[in-house]
Amino acid sequence: MSGVAMSGIEMSGAPGAGPGWWGTDAVSVRYGRRVALDQVSFRARPGQVSAVVGGDGAGRSTLLRCLGGALAPSSGVVQRPRQRDIGYLPASSGTYPDLTVAENLAFRAAAYQIPAAAAAERSAAFLARAGLTGARDRLAGQLSGGMRQKLGVIAAMLARPALLVLDEPTTGVDPVSRADLWSLIARAAAEGAAVVLATSYLDEAERATHVLVLDAGRQIAVGTPGQIVAAMPGRLRVSAGRPPAADRPRAWRRAGRWRVWDPDGQAASPSPGGEPIQPDLQDAVTVAILGRELAGPAGTGAGPGAGTATGPGAGAAAGTGAGAGER
Amino acid sequence: MAAPLAECVAVSRQFGDFTAVDRVDLSLAPGEVVGLLGANGAGKTTLIRMLLGLLPASAGQVLLFGGPPTRQTRRRLGYVPQGLGLYDDLTPAENLAFSAAVFGRGRQARRGGGDGGGDGARAAAAPEAVHRYGRVLVGDLPLGMQRRVAFAEALQHRPDLLILDEPTSGVDPLARARLWETIGDAAAAGAGVLVTTHYLDEAAECGRLVIMADGRVVAEGTAGEIAGGRRVSVVEAGSWAAALDALEAAGLPAALAGRTLRVPGARPAEVRRALGPLPARVSEEPATLEERFFELTALAGR
Repeated sequence: MSGVAMSGIEMSGAPGAGPGWWGTDAVSVRYGRRVALDQVSFRARPGQVSAVVGGDGAGRSTLLRCLGGALAPSSGVVQRPRQRDIGYLPASSGTYPDLTVAENLAFRAAAYQIPAAAAAERSAAFLARAGLTGARDRLAGQLSGGMRQKLGVIAAMLARPALLVLDEPTTGVDPVSRADLWSLIARAAAEGAAVVLATSYLDEAERATHVLVLDAGRQIAVGTPGQIVAAMPGRLRVSAGRPPAADRPRAWRRAGRWRVWDPDGQAASPSPGGEPIQPDLQDAVTVAILGRELAGPAGTGAGPGAGTATGPGAGAAAGTGAGAGER
Repeated sequence: MAAPLAECVAVSRQFGDFTAVDRVDLSLAPGEVVGLLGANGAGKTTLIRMLLGLLPASAGQVLLFGGPPTRQTRRRLGYVPQGLGLYDDLTPAENLAFSAAVFGRGRQARRGGGDGGGDGARAAAAPEAVHRYGRVLVGDLPLGMQRRVAFAEALQHRPDLLILDEPTSGVDPLARARLWETIGDAAAAGAGVLVTTHYLDEAAECGRLVIMADGRVVAEGTAGEIAGGRRVSVVEAGSWAAALDALEAAGLPAALAGRTLRVPGARPAEVRRALGPLPARVSEEPATLEERFFELTALAGR
C-alpha cells in the first residue's frame, strides 16, 4: 500500500474550511495492472445520505476505503476530514469479537478521546435506538449478523464524525435490523454527518439523497435517484411471457414478469411484445450492468483471465454474505 | 390442488425453555414458489432444518412427499444453504461431479433424457459457470457466480422440492434476476420452491408469502394481500432533521427517504400534532410491503 500512497494526493481539513463536501475528484486506484477504480468523482454533503451501488468487484469497497482513509489512491484527490472526524465501518470488521458490546463502545470512546460522560450518554441512546440495550454485556462475537452490524455503525458514529463511511452495513441483515440501521443512519445525518454507504439493496439506494453507480471500477451514473432513472438510455418494456430469442440477451426477470431493454428505443425482435414501462432505480442500475455485459469480453471484469483477482469488493461481499468475516 | 410436497401441521420446536418454532402450519404444492420471510431469530432456519430432516420437531407433524423426512426423501430435495455449501478449493465442475456422485449417478442417468421443457428447466444453469470459469476454484469466483454454481448443484438431480435459504444475498440486481429466472424455471417444470430472502422487493417473485415472527406465522398471502390497505404518513419538512427529532420525541418511529420521513402506523393528524409548530406537509401513502412487515414483526414484538 505504501507504493500507491506516494502518488496519491490527499487533502484534509476541518468541516467548513473545505468546499462544503467530502469525496473524490478523478480518483483512480490500481493494483498492479488491474484498475480497481477509474477516475471516480463523487461528492458527499453534510446532512445527506449518499449511496454507492454496484455488483461484485465494482469498486465500492475500494472507494469507501479511500474515503475512510484506509487506502491512498494511485491518482486523483480525496477530500476528507482529518482521521479523528471520520467514522469508518469496513465491510468485514468494525467490532472486536472478544469484547462485549459495552466494551467495544468504551474502547472506541477512549481511542477517540470522547469524555466518559458524553460517551456513556451517546452509547446508551444509540443502543436503545438500535434495540441493543439488552445485549450490552454480550460478546460481539456472539451477536447475530444484524446486531453486530448495528454495533459497528454505533461505534463508527460515536465520536460525531463529519464523514461517516459504511461499507455494506445492511448486506445479509434482516429487514427489521435494517430498519434499526437506517434509524441510526438518519440520526447521524441529522447530526450533520455526510453519510456514505455501500449497499446492494436498491430500495435503500432509492432512499438516499444521492447515488453513485459503479461498475468494474467506473462510475456509470451519479445523481439523485430520479436523475439516474431519467438518464437511463433506451426504453424498457414489460411482458408477462418469456420474450422471444432475439430479445433474450436484453431481458431479465422481475416480479414474475420480464423486462426487456431496447437500447436505442428499437426492439430487436420483429414482433416485440409487452408494454412500455417507466423504469425505477433498480431497472436503471440493471440496465447499466447489462449494457456493460453486452459490450463484450473486454468489459466483463473478473472473467476467466482475471483468475483469482476478484477484488476487494467481491471478497468483502463474500465475507459478509457467509456471515464469516470477523475483524 | 395437487398433493402437497411439504406439509407442516402445528409444528413446534423447543430448545430448552426457548420455543423457536411455535405451532406452524405450512403447505407447499408442486409448481409453487413460497417466500418465507421474517427477522433473524423468527424461526425460519429452524423450520427449514425440520423440513430437511436435520432436526426433529418437538410437537406436530412434518411431512415430506406424504411421509416423515428420511434419507430417502433427501434424494428428492434440492437445498442451497446460506453459506452455499460448496467446496471452495474445488472447481465448479468438481463440485458438481462430487454432488452428482453423492446423489447417485444411476438415478440421474435414469431420469436424464428428454425433459422436453423449453430451456432444460430443472437441470439447467450449470454450463456457463462450468465453462467460463473451468479451472477457477469456487473460492475465487465472484459471489454471483458462486451462487449459480450452488443452484446448479442443487438442481442437477432434478429435485421435486427446492429449499433456498437467502439465495440472492449480496449479488447485483442483474445476477439476482438471473437466479430468479432459474427458480421460476424450476417451478414451471413442476418443482415446489420454498425460499427465504431479506430483499422484500423479491417477494413479488413469490406466488405466496409466509411471514414469521417469534416462531409463529403472523401473516400469509400474496404481497398485495399482506400489504393490504395499510397506509403510512409522509412528512415533507423544511428541516427533516428537526421533524425527525419531534416525531421521535413523540414516540413515533420515522424512516428517512431522501428528504422526506415516512411514519408507519400513525395517522396524519397524529403526526401533525407531534410536529407541533414545525412547518411541514403531511400526506398519506400506501404502505410498502417492507413497512407492513416492520409493523407485523418489529412493532408487535417491542
